[in-house]
Amino acid sequence: MVGALRGLRARPAIRFDDVYRGLLMGAAAVVFFIVVLIAFESFLGARLSMKTIGWGFLTSTEWDPVFDRYGALPYVVGTLATSFLALFFAVPLGVGSAIFLAELSSQRMGEIVSFVMELLAAIPSIVFGIWGFFILAPFLRTTVEPWIVAHLGFIPLFSGAPFGIGILNAGIILGIMVVPTIVSISREVLLATPKSLREASLALGATQAESIGVALSAAKPGILGAVILALGRALGETMAVTMVIGNTNRLPTSILDPGATMASVIANEFTEATGPIYLSALIQIALVLFAVTIVMNALARLLVYWVTGGRRDTAGAA
Amino acid sequence: MISIRNAGFRKSIIGVMAVAAMVTSGACALPAPVAAQNLTGAGATFPYPLYSKWFDMYHKVTGTQINYQSIGSGGGIQQVRAGTVDFGASDAPLNNQRMKEMPRQILHFPTVAGAVVLAYNLPDLKAPLKMTPQIVTGIYMGKIKMWNDKAIAAANPGVALPGSPILPVHRSDGSGTTYIFVSYLAAVSSEWKEMVGVNTSVSWPVGIGGKGNEGVSGLVRQTPGAIGYVELAYAKQNNFSVAHIKNVAGNFIEPSLASTTAAANGAAVALAKDVRTPIVNSPDPQAYPIAGLTFLLVYKEQRDAVKGRALVDFINWSMTDGQEVAEGLDYARLPASVVKVNQANLLSLTAAGKPIASRK
Repeated sequence: MVGALRGLRARPAIRFDDVYRGLLMGAAAVVFFIVVLIAFESFLGARLSMKTIGWGFLTSTEWDPVFDRYGALPYVVGTLATSFLALFFAVPLGVGSAIFLAELSSQRMGEIVSFVMELLAAIPSIVFGIWGFFILAPFLRTTVEPWIVAHLGFIPLFSGAPFGIGILNAGIILGIMVVPTIVSISREVLLATPKSLREASLALGATQAESIGVALSAAKPGILGAVILALGRALGETMAVTMVIGNTNRLPTSILDPGATMASVIANEFTEATGPIYLSALIQIALVLFAVTIVMNALARLLVYWVTGGRRDTAGAA
Repeated sequence: MISIRNAGFRKSIIGVMAVAAMVTSGACALPAPVAAQNLTGAGATFPYPLYSKWFDMYHKVTGTQINYQSIGSGGGIQQVRAGTVDFGASDAPLNNQRMKEMPRQILHFPTVAGAVVLAYNLPDLKAPLKMTPQIVTGIYMGKIKMWNDKAIAAANPGVALPGSPILPVHRSDGSGTTYIFVSYLAAVSSEWKEMVGVNTSVSWPVGIGGKGNEGVSGLVRQTPGAIGYVELAYAKQNNFSVAHIKNVAGNFIEPSLASTTAAANGAAVALAKDVRTPIVNSPDPQAYPIAGLTFLLVYKEQRDAVKGRALVDFINWSMTDGQEVAEGLDYARLPASVVKVNQANLLSLTAAGKPIASRK
């Protein structure tokens, strides 16, 4: 009797576990397969352009659909410049506010502010684009950029004509867009560091700032992970950037210059790309963007590894 | 839903429906002896507001349903090449090489004309600026950099021009508007033709890009000293100051629907030879010189005779009744001379080698 019952219970339990395992594995496989498929399809689509243009695609600055000459260097530079400019604005702002919300503010305030931050993340990118175009651009053109040109214009990186539209505007907009990612993840990671760390450092006579430093060093890999996610979003952001970057195919040499990013070029030109090589070159840009994202992620992983010295047990390790 | 198992009965129902369609279409004096059909098309976004009105009107008149996806001219051409649509639509005609890449011969049917205007932001100027072809090219080649340049001053005697820099604005997305504008620049400047050329997007020597007509309009509106090219309808809606352009006959012409129709009329002889000829720089004395046509792309040999007939009927309708509503939506109607060219070309459409329509 007991044996029969045990048999009845045990068998379905094993089957359920198998199904469960299978479903989850399937889900993981589908996600992996989608990424592989995207890479494969882009590769197929880009083959014609790779064959006709070769490595010049990555080194040439000329993008000319009339004569079928395609070089993506200005767009690679534009993508990296706007993304790192975005991190330049967003990292101090985001990590700073995450420290305040996790360590110094009351828990209630921290929750309210991070709720508002997450609302910021839900705003459609086109809204940021319109704001950048109609509000930020005139402000940059009349106030900020003339000041930059007057005081820093002797440095080539800060010279040029103040249009209000360009790399700087795109960098600021992207910075605002990625701040919520950095704040909410960094705050969670900081909250997850053991209280005992802070208590121990305070007990040893550390100031509040020093004890936050201890918590920060424990949370470093997690915060770096947040920055990597933010960078990923900045690299691929399309609509907002297209509206404020000025869309030229010339290599930008100053943060005031107009430019273009890989994503913005695809958004601009894909619908009306009439020739087969033209279309293939645009798909190759997608492939290059894919590769740049992988390289950036790999570098960031290396950075995390280097910072943690290979430890994996730290709170929130990426 | 009643299911009818008797095949003969089903046939007779279709017959009744066909007769009904004939009766309704007969009411508007159109030669449409086919039953209501479903046609699919894809392509250009510029004429989409007009096309969707046409398809709606035509559906009410004949029952023929036309589904159109405004995915852009490039997409339309792709779909025609893949053979997934009954017709395509493009703002730029196919060049000879693209024609060769098509699975079957393609005929172009222009539907309406459009003007591309130069809108500028100089708030202190009251009278419209006059521009010669040399000024327009000079600005977009980066040779004319200041508003008080000698060439602009010479064309506008007595006008106090500001000594501020010019910011040329262009479209960043590939577009038929760009195609018309650079066709004009190439027609008036051999230097432009050799260095930059003509396409739906080009490698601009100077300036910044805005996405879509609204992007260019926005940049021009908020940047003092900016000049940009937009479709006539956008300039009207935004109340922009627009430049009057000197045409071949030497007159400075204000862009308008009438002067755009005149541009198509001036090019009618060339269009009769090859309907893809650009209509920029038209010899008509009243023509606004920066104008273009938007096209339907149709297979010369129709695989399905009934559908082919429906398509011919629709194009015929668009040339007559359809033209009447164009101006209400800010598109320049085709002059009678170009309508005749289209009607002549319709006769060369075939199904199974036989002409679909014949001259009455």
